[in-house]
Amino acid sequence: MAISFLQKHKVIERNVMLLMVFALLVVAVGGLVEIAPLFWIKETVPKVDGVRPYTPLELAGRNIYIREGCSLCHSQMIRPFRDEVERYGHYSLASESMYDHPFLWGSERTGPDLARVGGRYSDEWHRQHLTDPRSVVPESIMPGYAFLADRNLELPHIDRDLTALRDVGVPYSDDDVKKAVADVLTQGDFGDGDKAELAKRYPGAQSRDYDGNPGRLTEMDALIAYLQMLGTQVDFKKAAARETAK
Amino acid sequence: MNRGDNAFRGVDLDDVVTRAGGWLLLMFLCVSAAGFAADTGFAVHMMISAAAATIAAFYTLRQIGRAPEAVRPDRYYDDVIRWGVIATVFWGVAGFLVGILIASQLSWPIFNLGIEYTSFGRLRPLHTSAVIFAFGGNALIATSFYVVQRTCRARLFAPALARFVFWGYQLFIVLAATGYMLGITEGREYAEPEWYVDIWLTIVWVSYLIVFVGTIVKRSEPHIYVANWFYLGFIITVAMLHLVNNISVPPSWLGSKSYSAFSGVQDALTQWWYGHNAVGFFLTAGFLGMMYYFVPKQAERPIYSYRLSIVHFWSLIFLYIWAGPHHLHYTALPDWAQTLGMVFSVMLWMPSWGGMINGLMTLNGAWDKIRTDPIIRMMVFALAFYGMSTFEGPMMSIKSVNSLSHYTNWTIGHVHSGALGWNGMITFGAIYYMTPRLWGRERLYSLRMVNWHFWCATLGIVLYASSMWVAGITQGLMWREYGEDGYLVYSFAEVVAALHPYYVIRTAGGLLYFAGAIFMVWNVWMTIAGKLRDEAPMTTAAFDPAKDRPVVPAAVTAPLPLAAE
Repeated sequence: MAISFLQKHKVIERNVMLLMVFALLVVAVGGLVEIAPLFWIKETVPKVDGVRPYTPLELAGRNIYIREGCSLCHSQMIRPFRDEVERYGHYSLASESMYDHPFLWGSERTGPDLARVGGRYSDEWHRQHLTDPRSVVPESIMPGYAFLADRNLELPHIDRDLTALRDVGVPYSDDDVKKAVADVLTQGDFGDGDKAELAKRYPGAQSRDYDGNPGRLTEMDALIAYLQMLGTQVDFKKAAARETAK
Repeated sequence: MNRGDNAFRGVDLDDVVTRAGGWLLLMFLCVSAAGFAADTGFAVHMMISAAAATIAAFYTLRQIGRAPEAVRPDRYYDDVIRWGVIATVFWGVAGFLVGILIASQLSWPIFNLGIEYTSFGRLRPLHTSAVIFAFGGNALIATSFYVVQRTCRARLFAPALARFVFWGYQLFIVLAATGYMLGITEGREYAEPEWYVDIWLTIVWVSYLIVFVGTIVKRSEPHIYVANWFYLGFIITVAMLHLVNNISVPPSWLGSKSYSAFSGVQDALTQWWYGHNAVGFFLTAGFLGMMYYFVPKQAERPIYSYRLSIVHFWSLIFLYIWAGPHHLHYTALPDWAQTLGMVFSVMLWMPSWGGMINGLMTLNGAWDKIRTDPIIRMMVFALAFYGMSTFEGPMMSIKSVNSLSHYTNWTIGHVHSGALGWNGMITFGAIYYMTPRLWGRERLYSLRMVNWHFWCATLGIVLYASSMWVAGITQGLMWREYGEDGYLVYSFAEVVAALHPYYVIRTAGGLLYFAGAIFMVWNVWMTIAGKLRDEAPMTTAAFDPAKDRPVVPAAVTAPLPLAAE
């Protein structure tokens, strides 16, 4: 039997096209069985109240977070263990990253998890910490990001950023796209936009001057706006009450 | 008009002008794209591409008036392999240096230098890409071209396309590396380059496949040697992974940013399907191709088992693809996918060890070479580390182990025992094997320097891996430690502080590994220059001419002098 198997294999060894096709088929199986079903099994990402797309300012902050490689040291995925839940908050839900293109779960905790860092510290704390991390956390080994406060937030195509995201499934409305630039200014407390209207389209969106420099809309504004909303969308207290009632 | 009328001293003028015109057109397109760029990073990248296109046009036009290069069908085409060896050494040193810098940053944050371009977050992808794709990638391209020609007994198919593969790949590296420092990244680990760099890499990679398969098609040997199966598996699987994982939508065709087509859970598994198989196919299958040629060659023994190589090949490429979810244990990824990933990761242990055994047993009857030949010692060490990492990997993929090891430096230690021990050492071995042969030298400049390289690298790996294992387990245990009062004992910052000594030891390990590589640079440089170091051989059997005498009977007092003396 072994000999006939080797004889049969000789056919593949002598035909490069056959070898390529077989190899491609063999390596395709795993991905098809494991990944493809995630796109149609509905329970993969259960719907949860409160999860909404990022505001344009938060999105800009998220893009700065990606640009600086923050996710290489900070995870955004709390695992369902007692110590993690006590340290960082409720374990992460699939739906909380359903609008994340790309996902930023991370793979290392050189620094702490940030999935629920929103609202934990003041804007002022973030400002100081990003400018000079060791001034607030002496043991920290994080690089300083003082330059963010000195740089104007430049968004050459924020409306098209929203349409690109809409193309891949994020439900931004035409209104959101049209008002993208205005929304950035409004949320950064720049000019006199209608903050209540913004909060209606993006529930829970907080509009204020984040970087302590009201005269300017900087990259620091955008990054802190993003950090302050992380993990705040789902109201776990509401869910807890329901769990107890049962 | 007859085409031949335009032939000028053997070079087809029409052809040269068309190709140069194509490069110049590309140059103008790049310059205009730079002019209308939406962001500075994109403009810089377009100017770099324009410069590359100009250089290509210049070299194309320079062929006019020159005698065309002599085609020697009776010789293998080795130019591009010689460049590849130099590029491998160059990018290796660059990648190790950046590694030392970022290791120092974690030990002493002052090394971030206070400017954005050199902060850890931007240099970390520079380090990983430089060692995996620049050092490893060049080693794979160069050795695959070397091996495929010799095992097929055929000259490389389409040498001009092979030159394009080499230089196109270097441009990819430069664009990726400068992009990271400028903050251009998709934020996907080991797939950071943005959409336009991905498109460029796709063109280069398809050309690579054409050159490789073209050479196999014109082979003189009826059989395709096993090393080529692994190289081929690596090339086509990396193409598949690269294409699927990088599907993204750029908001502007003149800007560097793009958004991944997938989100959250689906994006995470697609990325780690890619990420784990960058390890499985780039750093494993491709390097096994290297192993299957250079180990038997250096040991002067045929590969241990033909049947084992068949089983090893098919089971390895089938099982590896499934292992991605072990990077996402206990996350929001559905449990069934996690379990599937874990089970396949554990199974993967077997084909991995099959490969290790096939390599190690090739030394049957030649084990003494480990003592006498530092090159074979490097290769054996590489296989030993391959075996160790591929045992450690399945162990870490078990969910309960992973609950401790995930997010810690244990992962970093695991990756480096594989990368420094397996990929690095097998590549060094292949470079030492190829260099004298490619440049027609009698031998390497110095075998004793290989020995020095080996011991520096080995000590470096030991320091690196052990410090990161201890650091990882320390982290994992401190994070989850509860006191008698029922509260967590350590704050996060206290755990960071506890890791400082291990980070310092790791930096020292990296420095040692780098020192070994410097020996290699010197050795390869001098070998290419045609020098031979005057040194005592590594081993010689003892011989004392004074004792080379017959025993003389006691009656004869004064021995007669031998005629030979």
